[in-house]
Amino acid sequence: MGQETGHSDMDDLLNEFLAEARESLDVLDSELVELEQRPEDPALLGSIFRIMHTIKGTCGFLGLPRLETVAHAAEDVLGRVRDGGLLVSPEVVSLVLSALDRIKELVAALGATGSEPAGSDEELIGALRRLASGEVEASRPADIAPSAKAGKLYDRAGGASGIDTACELACMAFLEQSAQREALEPDMLKLQFALAGGLTAALQKTPGIDIVDVLTCLADNGWTEADLATLRTEIGKAFASLGVDADDVAALLRHLTREAPEEAIALPAVEEAKPKKGAETMPAATERRDVAANAPSETLRVNINVLEDLMTMVSELVLTRNQLLQILRGYNESPFGAPLQRLNQITTELQENVMMTRMQPIGNAWGKLPRLVRDLTQELDKKIELVMTGADTELDRQILESIRDPLTHMVRNSADHGIETVGERLAAGKPEHGTVELSARHEGGHIIVQVSDNGRGLPTARIREKVVANGLATEAQLETMTEQQIQQFIFRPGFSTAASVTSVSGRGVGMDVVRSNIEKIGGIIEFQSTEGVGSRFVIKIPLTLAIVSAIIVECAGERFAMPQNSVVELVRISHTSAKGLEEINGRPVYRLRDRLLPLVSLAEILDLPRPDRAADDDSGTESTYVVVSQVGAFVFGIIVDKVFDTEEIVVKPVSRTIRHISCFSGTTILGDGQVIMILDPNGLASAVSAVPHIESAQTTTGDNLTHDRDAVSMLVFEAGDGGPKAVPLSLVARLEEADLSTAEQAGARTVLQYRGGLMPLIGLDGEPAVRTGKHPILVFVDGSRMLGLVVDRVIDIIEAPLDLQLTGGSRAGILGSAVIASTTTDVIDTVHYLRQSDADWFSVETEKAFGEDDSRNVLLVEDSAFFRNLLMPMLTLAGYHVTVAEHGEAALEICKGSGRFDIVVSDIEMPGLSGFDLARLLKSDGHMKGVPIIALSSHANPKDIERGMSAGFTEYVTKLDPKALLGALSRVLSSDESGKDIAA
Amino acid sequence: MRNNVDSRTASGSFEAAASGLADDYVTMSVGGQAFGIPVLSVRDVLGPQNITRVPLAPDEVAGSLNLRGRIVTAINMRKRLGLPADDFVASAMAVVVEHDDEPFSLLVDEVGEVLSLPATRRESVPATLDARWREVAQGIYRLDDRLLIVLSVADVLGAIRADA
Repeated sequence: MGQETGHSDMDDLLNEFLAEARESLDVLDSELVELEQRPEDPALLGSIFRIMHTIKGTCGFLGLPRLETVAHAAEDVLGRVRDGGLLVSPEVVSLVLSALDRIKELVAALGATGSEPAGSDEELIGALRRLASGEVEASRPADIAPSAKAGKLYDRAGGASGIDTACELACMAFLEQSAQREALEPDMLKLQFALAGGLTAALQKTPGIDIVDVLTCLADNGWTEADLATLRTEIGKAFASLGVDADDVAALLRHLTREAPEEAIALPAVEEAKPKKGAETMPAATERRDVAANAPSETLRVNINVLEDLMTMVSELVLTRNQLLQILRGYNESPFGAPLQRLNQITTELQENVMMTRMQPIGNAWGKLPRLVRDLTQELDKKIELVMTGADTELDRQILESIRDPLTHMVRNSADHGIETVGERLAAGKPEHGTVELSARHEGGHIIVQVSDNGRGLPTARIREKVVANGLATEAQLETMTEQQIQQFIFRPGFSTAASVTSVSGRGVGMDVVRSNIEKIGGIIEFQSTEGVGSRFVIKIPLTLAIVSAIIVECAGERFAMPQNSVVELVRISHTSAKGLEEINGRPVYRLRDRLLPLVSLAEILDLPRPDRAADDDSGTESTYVVVSQVGAFVFGIIVDKVFDTEEIVVKPVSRTIRHISCFSGTTILGDGQVIMILDPNGLASAVSAVPHIESAQTTTGDNLTHDRDAVSMLVFEAGDGGPKAVPLSLVARLEEADLSTAEQAGARTVLQYRGGLMPLIGLDGEPAVRTGKHPILVFVDGSRMLGLVVDRVIDIIEAPLDLQLTGGSRAGILGSAVIASTTTDVIDTVHYLRQSDADWFSVETEKAFGEDDSRNVLLVEDSAFFRNLLMPMLTLAGYHVTVAEHGEAALEICKGSGRFDIVVSDIEMPGLSGFDLARLLKSDGHMKGVPIIALSSHANPKDIERGMSAGFTEYVTKLDPKALLGALSRVLSSDESGKDIAA
Repeated sequence: MRNNVDSRTASGSFEAAASGLADDYVTMSVGGQAFGIPVLSVRDVLGPQNITRVPLAPDEVAGSLNLRGRIVTAINMRKRLGLPADDFVASAMAVVVEHDDEPFSLLVDEVGEVLSLPATRRESVPATLDARWREVAQGIYRLDDRLLIVLSVADVLGAIRADA
């Protein structure tokens, strides 16, 4: 700040113009592209014309001849389009866009040097003029060729563009002659617009600026009759020079007398619109109406630095406020109490408002993309559609700036490398239009931005080759990696998969730069691709500087903030009766009502020095707290020493030196001025499984994304022969230990009296359990029914991504095996055991739904082998006829083919075509339109559900709840059935 | 604070070369050794601060502190230079610098005067110096009573990030 000295007024004007022009040019860019799609939209054309006109006018006023002539020539073309002399065609748009590019170049040079660069625009202007004058036969509308003599006076005067031009010429000429040139000059532009607007309104008989008012204002401002006469003469001359014939000029000038002409009086619309004359001076009055006519909102341009400083000062103020309030708490009665409360309130409001000034819709960073994609389609001879959703998602302007370039780069990449040419697409059986989709949405304190395309995808094999060729990893290392992990190599420095460098994407900027830009602002980026289907970038960025509500916790004497939106509940556990707190192989778990909650100690994760229990045995430490947190569908508990109150905190990004620590999402300053770290529930969740293997926690951030999504908490145990067995923890209701000699025999079964009921006990072989010895029992509960699976030993709870390998179906009760904690582990088929105990466990609902009706056809779309294998037998068992598709594309294929289905059950997150997209496509398909679709997801927050419903899903069910799925199936099918009955 | 430093410039510029080719350095000592940082890159000099430790952070990162609403990462210069650092942080002075738009504070034993030293007298770093030191040293001045090592702020902070 403080650099205002040394600037003349002209510099200020110029800067103002530059700032305005840059914005206008961006708007023009996208509006022109839009115009190409909707050439019939007069409002759009009007807006484009107006912007170009303003640029031209301002440049003329500021004495920028090159800019003015280019803008003028472009405006003429647009004027001709508006007057119907020219049709919007790609050639017209391209030419106007190239004029726009020239203007941008000039504006850029102007900004850098302060003056227009030397050079010639003749070629461009020539082309524009030829188009404007009709020399080039660019799709002229055949029906109405406007003739000079026909039509209304307005048209004969050259329409809006003609009037604008005439007024401009007249004003300039008037200024030349005027004695008070200096004094008048600043207002001339306003006068020009006022005159043009007034004339147009009068001629078109539409409400708007009243030309009589304008003239009255001039007189009020000390213009003499002679001045007015000169102005009129000049306007007349200007029209004449534009080829308007003498009669018409005279008619036009009749409108420019203060004694309102008869013609004008006869116009009720103008009379009506005539506002009461105020005491305002001419510029103010006309300007106000101008603003009212043109701009929908009142805005003010403010230097970013001012906002930044304001932000810093407000943060200071908040801290001081918090300190004062803390002091106030020490007094029962204080004369400062009331004013401090008031200060408190005002500060909060001020803070919120200042925050708001920094938020901008993400669409601002997308403004250039439609143009970019349009140019690419022409340059590359492809057909590409850019779909943008969630453009109004707001985020901090600093972050917006940082993601602008990475986003542009990714969209360019998708259009250039991703989307195939029309020929290739048709050959591959795809629609000739490729789609690049850009979306943004808020999700749990973050913003998720996705850039996806339905192009050729990036073959993992190619990435492998490159990785090896560039020495980024060895074949052996790649062998141990998943496809996902290999795909993340594209973010490594020096990696480029494009076989040839094109003029579009081969600019030496790699995806590594994109990643580092994203990471700089504390974001993470992940890449997914399926060959032939498309690619997708997912960017997760924090909403820094947002105020979040956080719970302040203490652990080992240090305080941390925990964002409240991820906290489900708080549980206090007294040390004297640590009821419910148990350990499985040293890993703590907690019995929270009817579920087993995996626990993690914050002190352990953060490697905090644990003071001796004995040493701090004084007050306040007789209990610990469990913060129950939820990440996606994964619920876990975090053990802390103390919980303080909640506080509104300002999230600030963590330093780059510590950004790699996944446990923290930011830093903040508390009311007492102390800096504390903000815990990241996502990072802690992955730490739940990572604690025993800290040294192996070198997965890339990209992997963490998938990790969070696909990871399942597994209870690993030993039972029977062979290696360890596992079962998804969420399917286990409780973990018990019982002396089986207390169990009883009931018929062929072994049962245990448990919680007021009888629980059948079976072994891993499916036979009734042998009644000897003390054993852990996994309890499965459903309503009043229970089943105990007797095992030998519970080993661990591990959160791991499940990549289930199919084993021969020879062994009943085993779904397959997976590598869990680097040991091959059999995953048991719970359905098998439930059926053993109670044959009709799963059959009740289906019977209720459609009695003896023949079985229903279900299409199950699920990319994870684990869930396919979990759900398919269950559905079959429940009497459905199941067809399985491994991904969305396969599902479409099946539906396109002979498939006739009564219902579709689809996963949401799948590589390539997502569940949302699949639902949308199915709903738009003729014979699948009426088929209900159930969404299957590991996340089921209200936002997802809402999104699912709008995509066309009928129901939304959590993956790990098979019962809920069965319920939903029978519910949907039966309501579908009754609907049909009514229709019939 | 800037004023504070400026006033020192005036008092300490006894050696300013007439040619004007002199660089001003804020001097500081770490473990008995004198270091200098170009005065223009120093934003603030603070006394002992309340520093919040950051769990899991690299060893050299002492923690974060609140500088008028900005969060500043504190770097333990003793650790950075491989010197013993017991009970150092609580009494250390903090020299605030900016690197890549992020504020850092270098924790040192003491902050001294500002010296104006002619660029021509700067010598290169002896090759025998410990690698940890050579990495952060830009040059050496032979003063009458001691040696002054010129620190490269970018290198002091750069390596910490590279570890991450």
